[in-house]
Amino acid sequence: MNEQVEQLSCQELVELVTDYLEGALPEEARLRFEDHIGRCGACKIYLEQMRQTIVVLGHLPEAALSADAERELLHAFRGWRSG
Amino acid sequence: MGQALAEEKLLDALRAGNEEAFRELVREYQPSLVRVARIYVSNQAAAEDVAAETWLGVLKGLDRFEGRSSLRTWIFRILTNIAKTRAVRDGRTLPFSALQDPGRVPEAAVDADRFLDPEHPRWPGHWAVKPEAWPEDALLAAETRDRLTEAIEALPATQRAVISLRDIEGWSSEEVRNALDLSETNQRVLLHRARSKVRAALEEYLKEAGT
Repeated sequence: MNEQVEQLSCQELVELVTDYLEGALPEEARLRFEDHIGRCGACKIYLEQMRQTIVVLGHLPEAALSADAERELLHAFRGWRSG
Repeated sequence: MGQALAEEKLLDALRAGNEEAFRELVREYQPSLVRVARIYVSNQAAAEDVAAETWLGVLKGLDRFEGRSSLRTWIFRILTNIAKTRAVRDGRTLPFSALQDPGRVPEAAVDADRFLDPEHPRWPGHWAVKPEAWPEDALLAAETRDRLTEAIEALPATQRAVISLRDIEGWSSEEVRNALDLSETNQRVLLHRARSKVRAALEEYLKEAGT
């Protein structure tokens, strides 16, 4: 690892987490990110928390349609078919 | 089955008046339609109206839909047009800047006071108050889910729409960009802000709950 490369601070790292998870960091920036995570326990936990947040969000129930609203839409559909 | 082929079959069924096909389509998209409509209109009821109107628009246009875009993109374009018209009628300023230029106003993922000063002689920008690992079981508790829902409700509408579509409904970034007509960068900025806030809300809650 080239020691001349300026290191990320923790405060800078938290702003790059989504870019990192989205695979949008250029190679050099990604290496710097991973280097930091490799040696900073707190940022490692932070990254893990972002991942956990995404996982928990994925377990939220999707919003449902009310029975009334669905009935109305099906009614419209029948009207459209016969119209 | 390929996506295009599945869509072709669905369209055939809809055009033939197959009610079950329509019901499934509505169930699949209605929640997302309402979420996106909330970007433009002021409340849940108005957003539901816009979604209902969108379905009427879909039915009206179905026979003329040529499949140049995906069905989903087409449906969301109808929604966006209706929502914008409604917003103008209601005298609401459209949140164009919020969608097209979300980076204009900077927003920190984590409060600056959680970090040491950027000019700190030894540890510039390092954590002053470090995050602590979360208890796995508390994460899955029903009350945590309620907090999560509250945190999402509290987001600005554009951020709420992006995080809901991506992380709750499981859309890809490309699908979200198409539906909301967002650039790649802006989609990511909105997602980043939304996720960062939701993480912070979870952290706060789990700390309370853990003590």
